[in-house]
Amino acid sequence: MLFPLPKTPRPRRIVVTGAGVITAFGAGWKINAEGFRSGRTAFRPVTLFDVTRQRCKIAAEIDLPGDLPPNRLSRGDLRRLQRASRLLLLAGAEAWDQAGWTPDGRLPLVLGTTSGEMCLGQEYLLQALQTPLCFKRQTERVTHYLVQQQGINLANALGVEAEVITISNACASGANAIGHAWQLVREGRADRVLTGGYDALCHMTYAGFDTLQVLSPTPCRPFDAGRDGLTLGEGAALLALEDLNSAQRRDAEILGEIIGYAATMDTHHLTQPQPEGNAALAAMRAACASAGVTPEQIDYVNAHGTATPQNDIAETAAIQTWAGARAATLPVSSTKAGIGHLLGAAGAVEAVVSLMALRGQWLPPETSLETPDPACRFQVVRQPIDAKIKTTLSNSCGFGGANATLIFKRWP
Amino acid sequence: MSRVFVHGQGAVSPAGWGLPALRASLKNERPLPAQSLARPGWDKPLLVRIVPPPLVRPAFLAHPRLRRASPMTHYAVGAALEALGQDADLIRSGGLQLGIVTCTLTGGISYSRRFYEEVLQNPATASPMIFPETVFNSSASHLAAYLGSSVVNYTLVGDAGTFLQGLAVAAGWLDSGMAEACVIIGAEELDWTAADALRLFDRRAVHASGAGAIYLKTLHPAGVPVELAAVTDSFAATRAPGRHEAARKMRAQLPVGASDELLCASECDNSAWNDWPGELLTPTEILGEGFTAAAAWQCVAVCDAIQQSRCVAANVSITGQSLQAIAARFVNPTFLKTQTRT
Repeated sequence: MLFPLPKTPRPRRIVVTGAGVITAFGAGWKINAEGFRSGRTAFRPVTLFDVTRQRCKIAAEIDLPGDLPPNRLSRGDLRRLQRASRLLLLAGAEAWDQAGWTPDGRLPLVLGTTSGEMCLGQEYLLQALQTPLCFKRQTERVTHYLVQQQGINLANALGVEAEVITISNACASGANAIGHAWQLVREGRADRVLTGGYDALCHMTYAGFDTLQVLSPTPCRPFDAGRDGLTLGEGAALLALEDLNSAQRRDAEILGEIIGYAATMDTHHLTQPQPEGNAALAAMRAACASAGVTPEQIDYVNAHGTATPQNDIAETAAIQTWAGARAATLPVSSTKAGIGHLLGAAGAVEAVVSLMALRGQWLPPETSLETPDPACRFQVVRQPIDAKIKTTLSNSCGFGGANATLIFKRWP
Repeated sequence: MSRVFVHGQGAVSPAGWGLPALRASLKNERPLPAQSLARPGWDKPLLVRIVPPPLVRPAFLAHPRLRRASPMTHYAVGAALEALGQDADLIRSGGLQLGIVTCTLTGGISYSRRFYEEVLQNPATASPMIFPETVFNSSASHLAAYLGSSVVNYTLVGDAGTFLQGLAVAAGWLDSGMAEACVIIGAEELDWTAADALRLFDRRAVHASGAGAIYLKTLHPAGVPVELAAVTDSFAATRAPGRHEAARKMRAQLPVGASDELLCASECDNSAWNDWPGELLTPTEILGEGFTAAAAWQCVAVCDAIQQSRCVAANVSITGQSLQAIAARFVNPTFLKTQTRT
C-alpha cells in the first residue's frame, strides 16, 4: 500500500549499490569517470535535428551504442524504443547489474525528466498537420510519448513489477527523483528503489532555450567571468538505492551513502532565480540539517552551474552565504562544463559524479574555465586533482523555481 | 504514522468553476453538452467538453504571474484556492507551510503545440514568452508564487492514476514534517492534439479540461470529517491481458465494501468491481475524459458525498485506459469507529 505508511522506529541509512550513467562522454561508469576526472569536454555541432536557423548550433550529443544490454523486451518493443527510452535503459541496466538485484518483489521506479520522448510528440504533430487523414504509427507515438510508458519499458526490460512515478520539476527533476526515492527507503515505505533522471535532445527544447537566448554559441563556461549561457546535452543516470542493512546482508558493494536531501521553491520568477539565491540557500541549509552536517564538513560542491549569468551569480551568492568562512577554501565545480546541461538528467548524472569523486578521491575540474568570475570567493576546480573527500553536496536549480540539494558520503 | 484528513476540495470542470457546479452536474446524472473543436485538416470537428468562463472573473487572474499563464494554470490555481479556502491567507502570511503536488498528463499542451508550430515556421522568431509555459511544472510554479509557498513542490507526470499517487506523496510529506499542509491538484487543458490522440484509443471518449484539488492536513477538521484511509499500490496495466489481474490486485488491497459505501470509477466495465455492493458513480460519463483532472474530480466528488452524508466511505478506482490500476479510499472516521468492516 502507498498509504497508510508503515511505521519505522527510526530513519534508515540509505546506500547506493548500483549506478548507471550515459552522457556524451560515453556509456558506463568507467568512461564517464575518466571524462569527469580529466575535465574533458564533449561538445560538437548538433546533428540530431536541423539547427541551421537557430542562433546556436552546438550541444553535447551522445553516440548511442548500436546494441542495448541484454533485456526482456520483445523485438517489437525494442523497435519502438526511442532515444530517451534507450538512454534510460542503458543507464538502468548498468545500475541494475551493478546492484546485483533480482526481479523479485515490487520495485518503485522514481524517475525525473523534463521532456521524456518529446521527439515523438513532435513527430505526432508533424504528421497530424501534414497528412491529417493518415494515422499510421500515431497510436504508437502517443503510447510511447507518455512518460510513464518509458518507466514501464525499463521495468519490463528488467523483468520487474514496478510502480513508476515520474517527477517533472524541470532541471531539478533528477535530483528530486533521487531525493524522493531516498525518502521512500529512509522512511520504510520501500526497501529498494531504482531512481534517477533522463532526457534526450529534441528540437523543441533546443529551440525553446535558444529563443530565450540562454544558450551559448560556444561551449559553456560555468563561473567564468565571460560566461554567456548554457550548452544543452543529453543523458541518463540511475541509482540503485537500498537500506544499509539490506545491502550488508547481501554483501553488496556499496558505492556511497546518501545522507541528506531537501527541496525548496524559488517564487521570484518563472525562469530567473532570485538574485541572492534564497531558495538554493534554503535547500542547502535544509539538506545539511537532514544530514546532520555543517558546511565545514562538506569537501566538495557539485554546483548546478549552468553558465547563464543569472544562475551562476545567484548560486554563487547562495553557496557563499551558506558556506560562510568555509567558502574561501571550498572546492566547487560544475560538470556541465564537460557534458552540458542535461535538464531532467542533470541532477542524477551529477549525483553519479559525486559518487565517482568520493570513490576515486578526486575532484572534477572545469578545464575550459578562462577567468573565474571575481564574485566567486570559493575555489573553482580548474585542473584535475586528487583530493581526500568524505562528503559532497550537489545542487540542482530548475525552471519554475524548483531547487534540490543532495548530500553524499564516502563509504566506508 | 500520522492520520491524514481532507480539509478542502476544489473543482474547475466543464460543469463550471467551483464544487457546487460539479456537485449539481453529477446529481443531474446526464452528460454535459459537448462543444466542437476545430481539427486542422478535417471537415468534421472534434467533440470536447470545455470549462465555461467563470461567472465572476477570479481576482487571481490579475496576478502578474498568471496573466499570460496557460489555461491549465488558471484551472489549477482556481481549484487549489477553492480547496485551500481561508488557509490561503495563512499560507501567504507565512503562517502555514504548504507542500504542492501538481499532477498532469498533457501539461500546457496548447502552448507546447503553438510553440512547436512557431519553431517549424521559423525558430528564430518563435516566442520566448510561450516556451517557459510549456514546461510541465509551470503551473505548480505559478501557484507557489501566487501563494508565496517556498517549501517542497513536485509536478508528477502520468496518467489519471498519478493523482492518487500524488495523494500518497503528500501524505508522506505530512508524515515526515516536510510540509504542514498539502494541496494535490490534477489539471489538464484542451487542445486538438490531445483530443485527437484520445480518439485514437477510444472513439466515444470526449476530452475534457479543468482541474480538481484536494487539501490535506493531519489535524482533525471541523464538521463532518473525511479521512484519507488508503491508497493502494500502483499495478502496471499496459497490456490488455494484464489489466484485469492488475485491477484484481488493486481491489484486493481494499475492504470488500458495503451497501452504504460509494464507488467512483473511471470505467465501470472492469470485472474487478462486479460484486460491488454499494452505489456507483461514473463522473467521466458526465464530465468527459480529463485524465488527472478527472481523477481529481472523482476524489472531490466522493469527499463531498461523505461530507453530505450520502455515504460513510468511498473508493476511487482508476483502471481502464490508465497505464496503472490504483485506488484510493476515503472514510468518515466517526462512523468507522463504531463499525468494523473487512
